[in-house]
Amino acid sequence: MAALSVSALSYSFGPRVVLRDVSFTVRPGDFTVLLGLNGAGKTTLFSLITRLYSARTGEISVFGHDVDRAPRLALARLGVVFQQPTLDLDLTVEQNLFYHASLHGFSPARARPRILEELTRIGLADRRGDRVRALSGGQKRRVELARALVHSPSLLLLDEPTVGLDMESRQFLLQHVRDLCRAGIGVLWATHLIDEAGEDSRVIVLHHGNILADAPASELAAPPATLKDRFDALTRKAA
Amino acid sequence: MMDADALHFGAGAYWQCLAGIIRREALRWLHQRGRFISALVRPLVWLVIFAAGFHFVLGVSISPPYRTYIPYEVYIAPGLAGMIQLFNGMQSSLSMVYDREMGSMRTLMVSPFPRWFLLICKLLAGVAVSIVQVYIFLAIAWFWDIKPPITGYIAVFPALVLSGLMLGALGLVLSSFIRQLENFAGVMNFVIFPMFFTSAALYPLWRVQQASLPIYWLSEFNPFTHAVELIRFALYDSFNPVSALVVCGYLVLFMGAAIIGYDPGRGLLARRGGGGE
Repeated sequence: MAALSVSALSYSFGPRVVLRDVSFTVRPGDFTVLLGLNGAGKTTLFSLITRLYSARTGEISVFGHDVDRAPRLALARLGVVFQQPTLDLDLTVEQNLFYHASLHGFSPARARPRILEELTRIGLADRRGDRVRALSGGQKRRVELARALVHSPSLLLLDEPTVGLDMESRQFLLQHVRDLCRAGIGVLWATHLIDEAGEDSRVIVLHHGNILADAPASELAAPPATLKDRFDALTRKAA
Repeated sequence: MMDADALHFGAGAYWQCLAGIIRREALRWLHQRGRFISALVRPLVWLVIFAAGFHFVLGVSISPPYRTYIPYEVYIAPGLAGMIQLFNGMQSSLSMVYDREMGSMRTLMVSPFPRWFLLICKLLAGVAVSIVQVYIFLAIAWFWDIKPPITGYIAVFPALVLSGLMLGALGLVLSSFIRQLENFAGVMNFVIFPMFFTSAALYPLWRVQQASLPIYWLSEFNPFTHAVELIRFALYDSFNPVSALVVCGYLVLFMGAAIIGYDPGRGLLARRGGGGE
């Protein structure tokens, strides 16, 4: 069963069509990169998957649960790292994670070992009592990733997670998420940075609300062409 | 990985969600010192300076629930308790709009609990914080000779819950429908001050009626008037059924509108998305 299935999805803001007949799937264990320039419709797509907007036409399901008809089951299996920072700066790292766990119905006793486990995995267990304000940009992003994983989701959505981060933090985040894929979590990683799509990833090119390509990165970047050459060619053609 | 099909949200999970949202609201309130202090100082300034200034100008004759002539400070104390809840209701609901461009609301809304439940939790969390503030205010006011009967402190609790819910729900409606209210100054000018000044908080309505009939009727329909009267009567061991009914009516109205406003695809989220990608 697909971790995420999007079929014939279209969405408009008034007369402006933002997504046009978008269909794709993410399988468990897939590292799928949603590649698109700013304004391609990536954030709108994420907002529709997470039910911040409702789908006008088309269907979205998470592990077979339609997000409109069975939102509870769909959202319970979903972890999200939003493009905007969403941590409470005045609260400690741990308090932020406890809050998130409670939004998934976890008691503090049930949440505590999960929080410690996730913070240990991102190397910030010793900072759990610090206020988020005291962390660096990269550390905050890592905490957001840990938070998205506290309730053990099976599908992870990340919207431009590396924007504004230094090279080291980017690498850490990418490596960590790839490890999660190997553990069986399906990942949809939205970005405009082409080099974040590794050879083993699947790439969906989204441009002006249309899917221009959906294939393994190795197939799209057949030598001598690079992925960037292919992306440029596709988007130029569409323009 | 979690088997979501086996996942069931019993009453315990709902309780954890509510407790978590209240805990966060309380922690935020305590950590944001400015908000904490101004919430306490604002009504005290009114009580100590404003009421003292008008002490000899405005006498208040005997009118229910008071059984004797009362000094002006005693009259405005319930109004100031209402003011705490009015500010708090607007602040906690609107914080969802202007706190880091809705980031905290996105986090809340992707919770698998039903959206109406999340909104009610958010509302209850704000009310809990506002009630603590009101009791701190009443404790300090005791030293200014605002001494309602001891039983009044207990009787006022359900009144504060009801008025807090109604004012918080109003804040939710505003945060979901009105795009322009993106800073607190706008809310002060167009919501809080008009509601506060055209209410029974600062002067009894019979006085307003003598001065201006249109403003009197405006005050009668003002939900804040009835929140204040509900608090005033409860604090003095009485019950004002008309105000209780009006506050309940406005609560149902505002809550219904807020649930529509936060429905995906309608209200705030869809319209805000217009500016996004």
